Amino acid sequence: MLEQLFSSRTLDVLIEAFPKILLPGLTVTIPLTVLAFSFAMIISVVVALVQFAQVPVLRQLARFYIWIIRGTPLLVQLFIVFYGLPNVGVVIDAFPTAVIVFSINEGAYCAETMRAALESVPKGQIEAGYCVGMSWLQIMRRIVLPQALRTAFPPLSNSLIGMVKDTSLAANITVAEMFMSTQRIASRTYLFLPLYCEVALIYLIFCTVLTKIQHLGEKYLNARGFQ
Amino acid sequence: MLQVENLHKAFGELQVLKGVSLTVEKGDVVAILGPSGSGKTTLLRCINFLEKADSGRLVFDGEDFDLGRITRREIARLRKKTAFVFQNYNLFRNKTALQNVTEGLITARKMPKAQAEAIGLQMLEKVGMADRRDYFPHQLSGGQQQRVAIARALATSPEIIYFDEPTSALDPELIGEVLAVMRQLAAEGMTMLVVTHEMSFAREVSSKVIFMEGGHVVEQGPSKEFFASPKEERTRAFLRRITHPEETAAPSAD
Repeated sequence: MLEQLFSSRTLDVLIEAFPKILLPGLTVTIPLTVLAFSFAMIISVVVALVQFAQVPVLRQLARFYIWIIRGTPLLVQLFIVFYGLPNVGVVIDAFPTAVIVFSINEGAYCAETMRAALESVPKGQIEAGYCVGMSWLQIMRRIVLPQALRTAFPPLSNSLIGMVKDTSLAANITVAEMFMSTQRIASRTYLFLPLYCEVALIYLIFCTVLTKIQHLGEKYLNARGFQ
Repeated sequence: MLQVENLHKAFGELQVLKGVSLTVEKGDVVAILGPSGSGKTTLLRCINFLEKADSGRLVFDGEDFDLGRITRREIARLRKKTAFVFQNYNLFRNKTALQNVTEGLITARKMPKAQAEAIGLQMLEKVGMADRRDYFPHQLSGGQQQRVAIARALATSPEIIYFDEPTSALDPELIGEVLAVMRQLAAEGMTMLVVTHEMSFAREVSSKVIFMEGGHVVEQGPSKEFFASPKEERTRAFLRRITHPEETAAPSAD
């Protein structure tokens, strides 16, 4: 059995599989991550600001949203939308479903990161903003949010890296991303260990690149006074 | 120019200001003195609406406002005529010295950037910080930050500047540079209302002194008279404590 695993056939399969795994990585995993994370950022800023500004009603809604989303598994959320909602006549394609669910899920977590970051900005600057005549929105947009985003940058990078890997869950709702492509090849060739290691390696490469980008991003921000 | 009458403010059960009244004329440099907890800072913050007063009357430039019922729009309008210098400077940390000064001009007053920068540079020069225009707050000392904060206050050409213990957070060797800027402003005729612990500033620079204790104004008057012949016993006790701290200090444990 071991010889079989370390045969030249294994190597051939791995080499042949590489582009077949990488391609859906580039065309599905990355777009899914980029789209979902972008929406998650918008959601999180709005949800965090609503809490930060203590807007009545909306603030309670924000807490409710975070409570529900953080308290239920991502996989279950995917299943509810993709396999569950058709029962009530709501049918959404696999890829859009994945984008929606990942956005909403990540948005809840990032909203908490963002809220903490907003609260870390010293309040005196808000008062100073009022005293030079700025409005609340101007103060948020030009003073508080830029600083909060700098604080939130490392934990948000963390979330982004987490999301790259979590997109593999979308295989369960028929999204043909990297992991599903790997599963297909594996079930045909029976080379589970080498192929799953191969896809793991590709995820690792993606995340390594992101880590690198995070470092560059932090350097850039520090050079512009965000520290 | 500025008149406050019967200002009340409580934080929950705690009455911090129990009917404070004061008057500031154009060109006055008024020092507000008093022990900590006397309500000086709260008074200043209420006058510029950083705290909401419970009741009281404020007359600014002949316009009359009920502090308990003032609207946001009125607050915004009044703030355009005033400026505030904080104990902790409160510079915008993501902006350079120059951007700190121009920010309010560009956003709140919709001034073109070039014009705002010209004014900003002029103000930084006034406080001796023009050569640090591109430094971020964390690259500046406390005294330098406070001078930038004063430049920021000046930029909007306010009719009055409120100072809330502007030197209290500074290392002793940095206090002088900030006081020098304030002296210069006073000499130029800027109207200033200054909460301070700097007796030398109150004595030498201010034209008028307000002494507060326990949420009341105990005594107020021209600063010469105030220091030469304080009328109230509490004022005299305070001045003794300030000028001879070692005599009244509690005995040390060892």
